[in-house]
Amino acid sequence: MENQNKITFSRRNFIRTSALASGGLLIGFNFFSSCKEAAVPPVDISQLNFKDFNAFIKIADNGYVTIYSPNPEIGQGVKTSMPMIIAEELDVPWEHVSVEQGALDTKNFQRQVAGGSQSIRFGWDALRQTGATARQMLVNAAAAKWGVDASNCSVSNGIITNLNGEAFNYGDVVDEAANLEVPENVSLKNPEDYKIIGKNATNVDMDKIITGQPLFGLDYVADNMKYVSVARPPAFGQKVKSFDASEAKTIGGVSDVIQFGDKLAVLATNTWAAMKGQKALKVEWVDDSNLENTDLHDQELNKILDSEGLDVRREDGNIKKAFAEADKIIERTYESPFLPHNCMEPMNFYANVTEEKVHLVGPIQTPAGTAMRIANLIERDPEDIHLEMTRMGGGFGRRLYGDFALEAAEISNLVKQPVKVVFSREDDMAAGIYRPAIKYRIKAAIRDGKVTGYHLKEAAINSNMYGLIPNFFPAGAIQNYKVESGNYKSNITTGAWRAPYTNFLAFAEQSFFDELAEAIDIDPVKLRLDLLANVKDGEDESIEYSAERMTNTIKLATEKSNWRNTDKGIFQGFAAYYSHNTHVAEVVDLSMSNGIPKIEKVTVAVDCGIVVNPTGARNQIEGGVIDGLGHAMYGDFSFKNGRPQDVNFNTYRLIRIKEAPIVETFFVDNQLSPTGLGEPGLPPAGGALANAIKAATGQILLKQPFTKEMQQRKTDITI
Amino acid sequence: MATYNLKINGKSLEVSADSDTPLLWVLRDELKLVGTKYGCGIGQCGACTVHLDGIAVRSCSVTASSLESSNITTIEGLAKEKLHPVQEAWKEIDVPQCGYCQTGQIMTASSFLSRNPNPDQDAIRNAMQGNICRCGTYNRIEKAVALAAKKLS
Repeated sequence: MENQNKITFSRRNFIRTSALASGGLLIGFNFFSSCKEAAVPPVDISQLNFKDFNAFIKIADNGYVTIYSPNPEIGQGVKTSMPMIIAEELDVPWEHVSVEQGALDTKNFQRQVAGGSQSIRFGWDALRQTGATARQMLVNAAAAKWGVDASNCSVSNGIITNLNGEAFNYGDVVDEAANLEVPENVSLKNPEDYKIIGKNATNVDMDKIITGQPLFGLDYVADNMKYVSVARPPAFGQKVKSFDASEAKTIGGVSDVIQFGDKLAVLATNTWAAMKGQKALKVEWVDDSNLENTDLHDQELNKILDSEGLDVRREDGNIKKAFAEADKIIERTYESPFLPHNCMEPMNFYANVTEEKVHLVGPIQTPAGTAMRIANLIERDPEDIHLEMTRMGGGFGRRLYGDFALEAAEISNLVKQPVKVVFSREDDMAAGIYRPAIKYRIKAAIRDGKVTGYHLKEAAINSNMYGLIPNFFPAGAIQNYKVESGNYKSNITTGAWRAPYTNFLAFAEQSFFDELAEAIDIDPVKLRLDLLANVKDGEDESIEYSAERMTNTIKLATEKSNWRNTDKGIFQGFAAYYSHNTHVAEVVDLSMSNGIPKIEKVTVAVDCGIVVNPTGARNQIEGGVIDGLGHAMYGDFSFKNGRPQDVNFNTYRLIRIKEAPIVETFFVDNQLSPTGLGEPGLPPAGGALANAIKAATGQILLKQPFTKEMQQRKTDITI
Repeated sequence: MATYNLKINGKSLEVSADSDTPLLWVLRDELKLVGTKYGCGIGQCGACTVHLDGIAVRSCSVTASSLESSNITTIEGLAKEKLHPVQEAWKEIDVPQCGYCQTGQIMTASSFLSRNPNPDQDAIRNAMQGNICRCGTYNRIEKAVALAAKKLS
């Protein structure tokens, strides 16, 4: 176990301080580049100015602290948890801390992304160092004022005391601290001494959220702003040939209709008029390329699975030999559809392109990259682009892609007016950047009651699993192991969707393990533990998970769920999965009523290292599990002639409160550096559910969504 | 475009809108009461829930022009001197993740509890079934509604 409080730092955080004209101390630090291994500090630190920082702490004369957080907030809770880490090391009462979204401009703030559940993991060292450095400066200032050695001063809750019993509040020494050298190699707290980390802190935006204050991109307004509804090609593979806007222009409030690229923008004085205007447009769309169907995708993905010579992602041992020598071979093919993200706040963005500058406001997970793309698109100097991030009404990966912001900038550039592009739900679902349809074929060799070979093929639309995934479990646990992949290039736009690839891969593999356990005739949990026992942590550095941590997580889940020891009528399903640096194990408790499964409870064990904010951490797990179950049960999205077949919630089903089980979350207690929670709770949920349904009905589910699969194969169900 | 007198959060307000304009867009675009959210526009998600004479209604599915005789309450008018017990419960349970749907959830819950002050779990779930939370905060919504019921009794 690594020691948390003996990490030494250079000035990689570029901490710099300044006295404020209004009194108080401002400390600038670099949230992101500092904490990534690849970051290189500039040669001469004294040449830095405050524009090099992307986060600030302000300590006022009264000792109250404001932390300006640069990080995009999409509901993952980092706007609360990241400042908690600073406040802990700064040693101030949490009640004395307020958090503000940093004022942003893309020239100076280029390292801000919300994605991959990495904010806490990458921020942990830098945030602690920043808080500790600020604390040490205040102590040094107090010591100088008293004329005593700093080592004879102690600090707690924002009060510095010396051996004579004298005391200063932080606010009493901020002006002096601002003039001191920045200390290096400050000491960090022992986790046993934490007062803020590990305690529940309510979401910092709570009051604004529950009273309906403007927070989100859709809430943003500017003077003379036009609301814009965009008509996009209704099918992937189409483009505009001609249009007639005369009827749209008669609608009260509609001021203009313009074409940009293959889209039409309806500008209006209010959202309703803009949306009505879009509907009133008469557009002739013509085919530009193939109009694809779900059936075609099905065939193409099957062809890939049936073919040889795919891209090999990892290969250990000799699977050919393992299969040749096997007593038993099991092979299954798992299938998943496209999925839209369906953030509750539909895509939207504000843009005002003027000669002086380009002002952009809205919800975006990738502000810097998007600003750069806009600069290129409208041929402006990147220095002209000023982008403000709003709170996001969900992201789930959709807001990594700035297509909506580019549209707003392009339209504003054409009409020379401030505009806000607003997607209707129909626009949002039909112009998606979807989770691609994927199929997995998994084949295992069994010999003498052991799994001796494992071969996984991935066939996906447009792109394949990213680099690290082939090194997840069961890599390293099975001697002969091979993962290979291939893809079919489609004109349907696809991208990251919460826990990319693993959101479905975990279901496929975790269902498959239950079948293997049955074939070997051992308890499915025992099969996983036996396989994990084959892995020695650290022996193979390419292996991504920790066998020890996964084993402990599984044991916690089985203990807390009374695995295989529950009441009559309760059927349990198990899954465990490592993703995004966090280990998770889940047990679904299911009951059957008239052939319909009801999920009663999900017990979750999580090893994410130190839990920074338990209430926020639990919330992420509860949400991730429910999201995973919902999409496994109901998520279905198909295409006919390039057109999405569902565009609103009347036909596209999302999980609702009555279908949501109680989720009980338990954290493995350790003092390892924390890892993220936005995604890892989701992947195991579908597998645990499928295994519970199999336990209850004997039905093996190979295809999502389960409701459709169960309906189609109703005759197969025997209870 | 016509002019209507609407009674919103206890105030009489004059608004201009086409007769078919949903109350949602009058609140958001005309009156800048943006706590009422747009989610689907077809009454399926509940993000736009307001109270008409105390009853929870989807503001995307009623026209402003038909409401001149109604008392309209939006999330901005729910708290009087202090937070409404439902809002207090939401805070205590730390319900939100992204937070976007929560004003609609709170408006549905507060109307429901005014008619059913002692609900059991099934009644809570039935009442909240029309409100989608994409982040999946349903466990906490359920707990917060139960806690609010206690606070109200």
